[in-house]
Amino acid sequence: MDELTKLTLAETLKDLKDKKFSEEELCSAYVSRAAKLNPRLNAFISLCEPYKGILAGIKDVFNTKDIKTTAGSKVLENYVPPFDSTVISRLDQHNISVLGKTNCDEFAMGSSGENSAYGATKNPWNLDKVPGGSSSGSAAAVAADMCVFSLGTDTGGSIRQPASLCGVVGLKPTYGRVSRYGVIAMASSLDCPGPVTKSVGDARTVLGWIARSDGKDSNVAYHKKDLNGSRADLHGLKVGLPSEYFAKGLDHGVKVAVEKAIKQLEDLGCSVVDITLPHTEYAVAAYYILMASEVSSNLARYDGIRFGGGRELFGPEAKRRIMLGTFALSVGYWDDYFAKAAKVRTLIKLDFEKAFEKCDVIAGPVSPTVAWNLGEKIDDPLKMYLSDIYTVPSSLAGIPGLSVPCGFVQGLPVGLQILGKHFDEETILAVGEAFEQSTNWHLEKPAINF
Amino acid sequence: MAKLKPEQVKHIAILANLPLTEKEEIGFADQLSKIVDYFDELSKVDTSSVAPTFSPVDLQNVLRQDSTEPSLTQEEALRNAPKVDNGMFVVEKVKHG
Repeated sequence: MDELTKLTLAETLKDLKDKKFSEEELCSAYVSRAAKLNPRLNAFISLCEPYKGILAGIKDVFNTKDIKTTAGSKVLENYVPPFDSTVISRLDQHNISVLGKTNCDEFAMGSSGENSAYGATKNPWNLDKVPGGSSSGSAAAVAADMCVFSLGTDTGGSIRQPASLCGVVGLKPTYGRVSRYGVIAMASSLDCPGPVTKSVGDARTVLGWIARSDGKDSNVAYHKKDLNGSRADLHGLKVGLPSEYFAKGLDHGVKVAVEKAIKQLEDLGCSVVDITLPHTEYAVAAYYILMASEVSSNLARYDGIRFGGGRELFGPEAKRRIMLGTFALSVGYWDDYFAKAAKVRTLIKLDFEKAFEKCDVIAGPVSPTVAWNLGEKIDDPLKMYLSDIYTVPSSLAGIPGLSVPCGFVQGLPVGLQILGKHFDEETILAVGEAFEQSTNWHLEKPAINF
Repeated sequence: MAKLKPEQVKHIAILANLPLTEKEEIGFADQLSKIVDYFDELSKVDTSSVAPTFSPVDLQNVLRQDSTEPSLTQEEALRNAPKVDNGMFVVEKVKHG
C-alpha cells in the first residue's frame, strides 16, 4: 500500500481515472500511513479518517467546518469552526478531503515549528532536526508521504522555508492571488495561502484550484495576469542572481548546491544576469516591525468571549510579537519604528522592480542553512529571525516565490528559490518544472524506518 | 534606543491586554531590548523622500450590492463561546468598582 502514497497528485489523479486503484484503497493507504508515522513525526495536530476523496493535509490555521482548528495555540484548543475557509470549499469542489490538520508554529509565528503548543514537528530526513516553519507539519507530512499534498500559509517564508528544509515543493503565491477568507490572520498585508506538493506541476494544479476571487477578500478582486498554461521552453529567459543572496552568512554547502542548480538552468537555455537588491540587509528588521505590528492588532481579537480561551494562554513567541508590535505602534515610537519600516518596505519593493527590469525571474537559496538541530535557536529569537533573510524581502514586496528541491548537504535537503514578478506565478512554475524534470532531487525520499 | 525597562514592558503589556508574570516581564525587558536594538539599524536608511507602503499590491475600491444572504445560525455563532446566556455572549464586566 505504501506504493500508492509515493505518487504525486498528477499520478494519483491519472491512476484513479485508469482505475488502477479505488478511492477507498487510496484513502485507507494514507489514513493508515499517517496514523503509523504521526506519533514520531508529530506532523498532524489532529487526524480525521476520511474514506473518500483525495487526502490533503491542511495547516491548522485554515478554518475547517466541524474539524477542530487550533492554529497551534492553547488559546484555540477547543475551537471547532462553524464554517470553511474559501480554499477548503474550493478543494472540496475538486474532491479533496481533509486528512488532518497539520502542526505549525503558534498562529503561524516561527521558523522551526518549535513554537507549536502541541509539540515540535520532526524533520522526516533526520528526527533530531527542525522541519522549518511555520508550515512545519504541512512540509513534513508531504515529505513523509502522509498525504498527497498539503496547504500552508506564507507570511515571511512559512511555506518556502519548511518546503526547502524537508525537500518538497512549496509555492507562495502573489499576495492577493488566493483568498484569505477563513484563514486565521497573522499579518494581513503579508499572509498568503499556498500549496506544498511533491512536484512543481502539482503546485500549479492546486494553485489553479484555490486561486480566484470569492468576493470575501478585496485584495483578490482583480488579477493583472491569469494563470494560463506553462511555458515549455526556457531559452531566452533571464535569471537574475542577487549578490546579496550569496554573500556572508550563506552556508558553503547550500551555496554549492544552489550554484549547481543555477548552472543547470543555464544548461536549460536560461541566461544569467547579476542583479542587486541593495536593501536586503534591512528587510528582516522592517519585516519584524511590520509583521509584529499587524500581529498585535490581529491577535487582539482573542478575548475569550466569542471563542477561544484567555490571553494568558498565548505561548512565549506569540506574546513576544504582540509586545513588539504594541511597542512599535505606541505613542512616541510609531514614527521611528512602524512608519520607518513601512518606508523601508517601499525601498525593498523598488529594489525588486528595478531588478525585474533586467531579468524575468530571480534565483537563490531559500534558507541560509539546511535544517538545524531542534532546540538550537529557540532561546535566541533574534538569531531565529535572521534565518528568514532570503524569504522576507519578497514577502514585503508581495511577489510570488517557489522552493524546489536542488540537492543535499550532509543528508539534509536544500531548496532553490525562484522569485517572480507580481502575478507571474506561471514563469516561476515553468522554470521550477523544467529544473525539476531535468534533475532527480524530487525523487529522493527520506528513509523512514521506524 | 535606550534599554527597555521592566516598567516599560509592564506598560506595553497593559496596552496589549496581555497578562504577564513578573518573570516574563524581566525576560522580555532583556529580549525585546536586543530586538529593538536590531530594529534601530533602519535609522541608517535615508527615507526622507520615500512614501510608506502599507499593502504590496495596488488597492482598488471593491463595491457590491448590500444584500442579505444566509449566514451562521445563532446556535453556530454561539457554539464556541465559553459563556452564553439566553442566546447571547456573556462579556466581562466593563465598569469596575
